[in-house]
Amino acid sequence: MLGAEALVKALTEEGVEYVFGYPGVAICPFYNAILESPIKTVLVRTEQNAAHMASGLARVTGGVGVCAVTSGPGATNLITGIATAFADSIPLVCITGQVNSALLGSDVFQEADITGAAESFVKYSYLVKDAADIPRVMKEAFHIARTGRKGPVLVDIPIDVQNSEIKKYKYPEEVNMRTYKPTFVGNFAQIKKTVKALEKSKKPVICAGGGVLLSGAKGSLRAFAEKHGIPVVSTMMGIGSMPTMHPLYFGMVGNNGKPWANKAMNDSDLLIMVGARVADRAVNQPDIITENKVMIHIDVDPAEIGKNCGPTIPIVGDADNIFGQLLDFDFDIDTADWLDKLREVKKDLTVQRKTNPNFVDPEKFIGILSDKMEDNGIYVADVGQNQIWSCAYHVVKDGFFLTSGGMGTMGYSIPAALGAKLGLPDRQVIAVCGDGSFQMSFMELATAKQQNVNLKIVVFKNNYLGMVREYQHFTYKDNYSVVELNDYPNYELLAGAYSMDYLKVSRDSEIDGCIEKMLNDSNSCIVEVMIDPMDLVKG
Amino acid sequence: MKKIYSVLVENRSGVLSKVAGLFARRCFNIDSLAVGETFDSEISNMTIVSSGDERTLEQIEKQLNKKLDVIKVKTFDEQQSVSRELMLVKVKYNKTNRKDIMEICDIMHAEIVDMSKTHMIIQICQSPDKIALFVSMMNGISVVEVARTGTLALPKCNVLEN
Repeated sequence: MLGAEALVKALTEEGVEYVFGYPGVAICPFYNAILESPIKTVLVRTEQNAAHMASGLARVTGGVGVCAVTSGPGATNLITGIATAFADSIPLVCITGQVNSALLGSDVFQEADITGAAESFVKYSYLVKDAADIPRVMKEAFHIARTGRKGPVLVDIPIDVQNSEIKKYKYPEEVNMRTYKPTFVGNFAQIKKTVKALEKSKKPVICAGGGVLLSGAKGSLRAFAEKHGIPVVSTMMGIGSMPTMHPLYFGMVGNNGKPWANKAMNDSDLLIMVGARVADRAVNQPDIITENKVMIHIDVDPAEIGKNCGPTIPIVGDADNIFGQLLDFDFDIDTADWLDKLREVKKDLTVQRKTNPNFVDPEKFIGILSDKMEDNGIYVADVGQNQIWSCAYHVVKDGFFLTSGGMGTMGYSIPAALGAKLGLPDRQVIAVCGDGSFQMSFMELATAKQQNVNLKIVVFKNNYLGMVREYQHFTYKDNYSVVELNDYPNYELLAGAYSMDYLKVSRDSEIDGCIEKMLNDSNSCIVEVMIDPMDLVKG
Repeated sequence: MKKIYSVLVENRSGVLSKVAGLFARRCFNIDSLAVGETFDSEISNMTIVSSGDERTLEQIEKQLNKKLDVIKVKTFDEQQSVSRELMLVKVKYNKTNRKDIMEICDIMHAEIVDMSKTHMIIQICQSPDKIALFVSMMNGISVVEVARTGTLALPKCNVLEN
């Protein structure tokens, strides 16, 4: 058996259904071997999107996304996608072809030190120099990617290693790494301390991060919050961990979040931070949120605890396990007054957006879209004003809300939506992007067509890089620099070029009919939504 | 504050670069770093001396533990450890200062390990503070070249294991 065949075999043992990628000579042995397997391949149009597609698929299926690209530029193009997955702890196995191992280090054609270049964006990486190591390396790579704090693992394989003969192929049943043993179960003493602190608390709040979704703790979080009447707020990555309309859910925190969510967190006397990094966008001054309160920080990655703020009670472990452990304790806390107060605050702080009747109000558009979407639909927001509006106004029921929260990688939505759709083909998948982010990855419209995927792409068009324009509006007093997009592309012609349908919404009155049409369209479509160029997320 | 990290790592290519890269990327200081194989050829020991506030020093330990090539991290203070540094110093001497140099070496337990008519190489293996003292004593003597290992340290025998 060849190394490349072993590689493919390992993927089938891991139950991989799709490999996203782009071939080149250095990865050709692998792409030759994959033809003999049941694995489906998706040819992307640029490598970065292979990682985003794998990410979209991984996030909705709960599995590991796989992409495979060639050496040199193929590998370096992949880096932004890997870094995006790393920032959001998305499990990926990224395979890169490499030049002949005898030539490594001699700067030959299409050689790039990808394990070196990607070091700070991967959970782990391998440069495989002996084909006999392939089964073990692949077993470890999948194990590392999907356990503990999930993340991307890079496997770099020189072409000669892919082409060399393996005498005996045996896929290991277990992983045995002395350096990697993540903690899954919460320390019992810390759990008890938490319960004691909760019993004393009058104003508890749970802040749910992306870790809640990654550990599959949606159910246990909700059960725990409901059992004790504890209000829940979330970070951007934690959106969807509670249904948006749940009476205990109080929205997203952070400088782009709901003011009442921030107030809930600040005014609480006990804060359970779970699966969240406490990074700058969610918590502006981490030292302040630990003041005058008991802070319980739950994370599967011990290095996150105490990194940005010092907790009173640290608990290392998997969020779902820990909520399960906490649910074993019966105790009563009365949060009725606290919840009343939060609802009052919410009412007081809710402000009406200023809208321009000559354009479409994004709040209204997203609200109606959420209403009309199927309950388990998948909403993929890109990066920019569209993302902040999506976070603020999309109502998650039983579906997913995907976005690049940690890295803020523009162009994420189209490839991630495509990956999500391939992962769960029966779900409604909608990508919402701006005209800036659309143009960063619209080459994948061809991929969507090639894969026969029904994709709905909403483009909030304002001829600006809106988020940066808004920043320049406030920071540089409208001294705009390099943020103006022109009127291109012509979205109608572009949709036609890819045999997709085209819809346009210019006024609020057209939203309803247009969304109906889009959702019922058997073809993919691009919806151009005219947004006031001067509209603000802080409007 | 100063801390010494004694780090057992997999003896594989690229591990030193990963650990050093971690310090650079997260803006942690490296006061010194010394690496060598242990009695098990698959495992190396790194002695890293770093300084920073309490949170940084705790983060260093956690981030080191997070690296998948790191087997074990031991953290201790200088006082809790036996620490040594080896330094080789090549100096140019003359008739007038030769005796002085030899006297300093004698007091500091340094050894002259190589010599020509004009130059000598002094070897000193001492605790970091003694090395610092020796360096200050060599002030005024013409030093040609220096090579030093950085601190090597192990926790003292009476310091309980973690």
